[in-house]
Amino acid sequence: MEQGAAGRSTPGGTLHRHPRLRLGLLLGPPMLWLGVAYLTALGALFLTAFWTTNSFTGDIEKVWNLDNFRQLWEIGVYKTVAFRTLAIAVSVTVVDAVIAFPIALFMAKIASRRWQRILVIAVLMPLWASYLVKAYAWRAMFSATGPVHWLLDPFGISSPGYGLTATVVTLAYLWLPYMILPMYAGLERVPNSLLEASADLGARPGTTLRRVILPILTPAVFAGSIFTFSLTLGDYITVKIVGGANQMLGNVVYDNSGAAGNLPFAAAVATIPVVIMLVYLAVVRRTGALDEL
Amino acid sequence: MTLSRNARLLLAAVTGLVLLVIYLPLGLVLVNSFNTSTSFTWPPSGFTTKWWDAAWHSAGARDALALSLEVAAFATVISLVLGTMAALALQRYRFFGRDAVSLLIILPIALPGIVTGIALQNAFTKILGISLSFWTIVIAHATFCIVTVFNNAVARLRRVGGNLEEASMDLGAGTFTTFRLVTFPMLRSALLAGGLLSFALSFDEIIVTTFTAGAGSQTLPLWIFENMFRPNQAPVVNVVAAALIVLSIVPIWLAQRLSVDDEGLPTAAP
Repeated sequence: MEQGAAGRSTPGGTLHRHPRLRLGLLLGPPMLWLGVAYLTALGALFLTAFWTTNSFTGDIEKVWNLDNFRQLWEIGVYKTVAFRTLAIAVSVTVVDAVIAFPIALFMAKIASRRWQRILVIAVLMPLWASYLVKAYAWRAMFSATGPVHWLLDPFGISSPGYGLTATVVTLAYLWLPYMILPMYAGLERVPNSLLEASADLGARPGTTLRRVILPILTPAVFAGSIFTFSLTLGDYITVKIVGGANQMLGNVVYDNSGAAGNLPFAAAVATIPVVIMLVYLAVVRRTGALDEL
Repeated sequence: MTLSRNARLLLAAVTGLVLLVIYLPLGLVLVNSFNTSTSFTWPPSGFTTKWWDAAWHSAGARDALALSLEVAAFATVISLVLGTMAALALQRYRFFGRDAVSLLIILPIALPGIVTGIALQNAFTKILGISLSFWTIVIAHATFCIVTVFNNAVARLRRVGGNLEEASMDLGAGTFTTFRLVTFPMLRSALLAGGLLSFALSFDEIIVTTFTAGAGSQTLPLWIFENMFRPNQAPVVNVVAAALIVLSIVPIWLAQRLSVDDEGLPTAAP
């Protein structure tokens, strides 16, 4: 070892003899970037939430107070927006889970090897298409003279147009692959012998589904829901494109940080999705979902 | 699984239907790019290629495309370096706070983009006092792209284990030689996949970009979003959207090529 290529005085040799130094050098740059720069930026933002903007000068006054959070709580419209955003996130997650399950089941347990490959690509391909392009596509779908109107009109149903329905549909569409893929991966790991054993022991397919497949699948569903949930909570672009005049939390943050120039209030609003996500991650962690990412 | 024939058919039908709904809107954008109607009335009123011609000559779209490609390239290089380092540290060493570090790497994509966006904007302009520019976009993008490289590299390192590296060290290769001749060749295809994802993620990002782009730096998503609501620009935006849909086949094709030699273990030891 001592006479190896890792000689005494070369940098490689020094590193060779000090694994902790090696670790420090490997971990240092990413941690400076994420642990120091990024976390400081996040921390500074949330400190700002406890400051106020002077309504005359527009300057930030560094006086500690809870005014922003009080406003958030007391002005009804913000509560409405917060609950609307949460309701959209839950709806999108449920819609995605319900749609993803049959596809994932078909891909993992019924399709032949060849079809499995084709389907994985078919599901992945729209994931590579641009987010904006997909939201834009649904704007065209829901437009007053667009295909949804054309399809529903003969049945006497009026197209929902731009609004909350279109927002949920578009967001569910956008994040669907994020739900299908972990579910598919989770189902693929369920050995067929386990399902056969369940059937041999007299379980009907429905019972096998409920008592064998679903419990195994739970972490995968939660893993997928992290994406559908988090991505929906922070979104303000889709609702601008297909949501008509409706606002989500992201719009409130955007408007206050930009045009209104009230960063402290924007920061206070931004804590809502972060707190929801942190609580959600803590809960989901127990199911082992984080290992499925 | 022991499902009845009917259940299988039902599942196949549902899968087919959902795939149809997945591709329908994308197909619509492609069709509309040749639609003579500027308000995209369905069914299309006629066929024209003049929008494609107009988009090709749109200076705004071209500049935005070039800028997006540059940003994505720089962000990808940074995330390749930092992501690989973090993956090696976490997968090859045991240390206190390991879980916290992996959580920290996921954080930029786990948190809503708007939070990362205003946090970085605030840090750049108020704390550091630098004005937003091309480079602030690159820094912001690299922050959330690291995780894609990291995830791919960690998965590969976990799969191949550390035995080959230990053997290399035992045979007298130093830290750098081992990385160059053993670790890197094992990681190569995983890094390509991670880099590809990171490039696509950066190329597509709009929320964080909105908050960190300087006045003169308009990426393609920013350009699309700005022009989407202008009636006279709508056909050109639609063509750009259609072109992006066609282009998104490229990474799929590359990813397929990569997964073919997914077992990218060192075959020929020099």
